[in-house]
Amino acid sequence: MKKMINIALPKGRLGEKAYAMFEAAGYECPSIKEESRKLIFENAEKGVRYFWVKPSDVVIYVERGAADIGIAGKDIILEYSPDIYELLDLEMGKCRMAVAAKKDFVDHRDKTLRVATKFPNIAKSYYNKQSREIDIIKLNGSIELAPILGLSDVIVDIVETGKTLYENDLEPKADIVDISARLVSNKVSHKFKNEEINEISARLEKILLAKKA
Amino acid sequence: MTLSDKLFKEEERAAYKLRELYRKYGYLQYKVSKFEEYDLYARNKSFLVSDKLLTFTDTNGKLMALKPDVTLSIIKNVVANEKSSYKVYYDEKVYRTTTSGDGFREIMQTGLESIGAIDSFSQSEVIMLAMRSLENISEDYILDISNMKLLEGLFESAGIDASLMSEILSLIGSKNISAIKSFCRREGVSVDAEDRICQFASCYMPIENALEEIKPLLVGEKMLSAYSELCELYEILKLYGSTEKLYVDFSIVNDMNYYDGIIFKGFINGIFDSVLSGGRYDRLMEKLGKKMGAIGFAVYLDRLERFGAENDAYEVDALLLYDDSAEAKDIISAVRKLGADGKTVRVLNTLDKSISYKMLAVIRKGGLEILEEND
Repeated sequence: MKKMINIALPKGRLGEKAYAMFEAAGYECPSIKEESRKLIFENAEKGVRYFWVKPSDVVIYVERGAADIGIAGKDIILEYSPDIYELLDLEMGKCRMAVAAKKDFVDHRDKTLRVATKFPNIAKSYYNKQSREIDIIKLNGSIELAPILGLSDVIVDIVETGKTLYENDLEPKADIVDISARLVSNKVSHKFKNEEINEISARLEKILLAKKA
Repeated sequence: MTLSDKLFKEEERAAYKLRELYRKYGYLQYKVSKFEEYDLYARNKSFLVSDKLLTFTDTNGKLMALKPDVTLSIIKNVVANEKSSYKVYYDEKVYRTTTSGDGFREIMQTGLESIGAIDSFSQSEVIMLAMRSLENISEDYILDISNMKLLEGLFESAGIDASLMSEILSLIGSKNISAIKSFCRREGVSVDAEDRICQFASCYMPIENALEEIKPLLVGEKMLSAYSELCELYEILKLYGSTEKLYVDFSIVNDMNYYDGIIFKGFINGIFDSVLSGGRYDRLMEKLGKKMGAIGFAVYLDRLERFGAENDAYEVDALLLYDDSAEAKDIISAVRKLGADGKTVRVLNTLDKSISYKMLAVIRKGGLEILEEND
C-alpha cells in the first residue's frame, strides 16, 4: 500500500511555484486552489497531503517529522541548520545572501561592525571566517532602514534584483552565498517511506532536467 | 502477583526487556555513580552529544559534573587488554541539555559496551544485540549501518585532503548531492570519483543489495578491507536470523576523531529521531591511553515517551461514592467487585469532578448502585 506523504509548502509565491512543480510531476491536489479556510489539502489517491506554513517554519515541521518532506529556501536551511536531508536543488526562487550598505560606506576595520539582519547565524559565520568582530542587530523586517537611520553599518539580507537597495541609496557590497529553493526530507521518514519519497524526488528531478534541455 | 501492563510506561518496559536481553548474552550490569570529575569530559568534549555540562564543586574543592554520558566512565575504569574481553551493559540516568538548548534534562539511557579483543564475531554480536534491542521496542524498526573506514578510503582515493573530511562528511550526512558535486568541482576531484561519492551518498538499501551495489565502486586497499569487514558481518548476522531490517546508509556519519570502522543508528517508525546509536570507537580508547578494540551502543529510552499506546481516556475505571450511612464492610466488598480484572477504583466521600472516570457508583442502603457509565 502507498504511504501518505505530508508535504510542507512555504506560504507565498515560492510555495505556489513549488506546488505547480508537484502538480506537473503528477501529485496534483485540486482542492488546494479553491478559496477556503482549510489548512490541509489531501489527495488520497496520489498519496499526498499538503499544508502551507510560514517559510521559516518549513524546516521545523520537517525536522520534527510533522511533514515528511517540504520546500525550504537555502537561506532558512543555513540559518537554522536543521538535521534533515537536502535532496534536490529546485533551482527556483533564486537570489543571493549579500552584505549591503550605503553607497558611500567605508568599512573601518578598527571598529566593531554593526550588522542588522534577519539571519544572525549566517551573518555570524560569515564574519567569523574573516575574524571580524561584529555586533548583531536582529530585526524582523524592513532591514534596509537600519543603515539609513544609522542603526547599523551594514545589513546582511537576501538580494534578488537589488532594486529596493538602489532606490534607497544602498548597494550590495559582497556576496555571501547563492540561495534557491530545496526539496528537504525528514531523515526518519526518508527511511520508512523511502520508496514514496524517492519517487517524488525522481519525478521532480526529471522536470528540472526537462526544463534545462 | 503479576504486574499489570498498564503500570509501565513504554520506556520503563523497554528498559526491563533490554536488561533481560543483555544478561542473556552474558553482559554484566555496570553501575556508575551519578557524577564524575569534570576533567574527564573536558578532555573529550567532542565525544559528547552536547558539550554543556551540569557542574558543581565537591566538598574538597574539585570540580565535578553530573554524568552526560556513561561510556567514558566505563572506559576509564575498564580492566581489559587486547587478549581479554570485557562485556557490560548499563541502565543509567544522564544529564544533558535539550536540543532547543534551554536547560538540562534527566535522560534514561541504556546501552552496552564490548571492550578488549574485538574480532568479527564479537562485533557481529553487538550489532545483533542492537537489532534485537530495537525489535523489543517495535517490530517496525530499521538499523542503518555504515563503515567510516570505507568513507575514509573513498575520500583518499578521490584525493580529498584530510582537512576537508568533515566538510564532505557533513554533505554526505545531508545527502546533498548538488553540494557534493560543487564541492568536487571546487576541489578538482575527477568526474569518476565524484560519481562514486554521489553513489555512496545516495545509497540506501538492505545490506544484501547494498553489498552488491557498492562492490564495483571499491578503489584501493583501505576500501577493500572495509568492504570485506561489512561482508563478514553480514555473513555472521545471517546465521543469527533475519537481516532484512539492516540497511546500509552512509549518511549516518559520526565524529571521525572517535569512531572508526563500523557505525550504526537505529530507528523506529513513528519516532522522528534515532533511538539507538553506536559504533566502533577504538580511536577514543587510544586517546584515553588504552590500546584495544571497543564497540558499543546506547539506546535513548526517553525518546519512547510519546510512542506506543495512547493514554487512557479515563484516569480511573470507577469512582465509588459513599456517605455516613455506609458501613466499611460494604465499601470494601464494593471495591472488590468493581476492582475485578485489574480495574482501578477510587473511593471518595464527595464527588470530585476534576477526575475523569468511566463509571460512577454509589453505596446506598448497603448495596451498590451504578449512577453513570461512560464508554
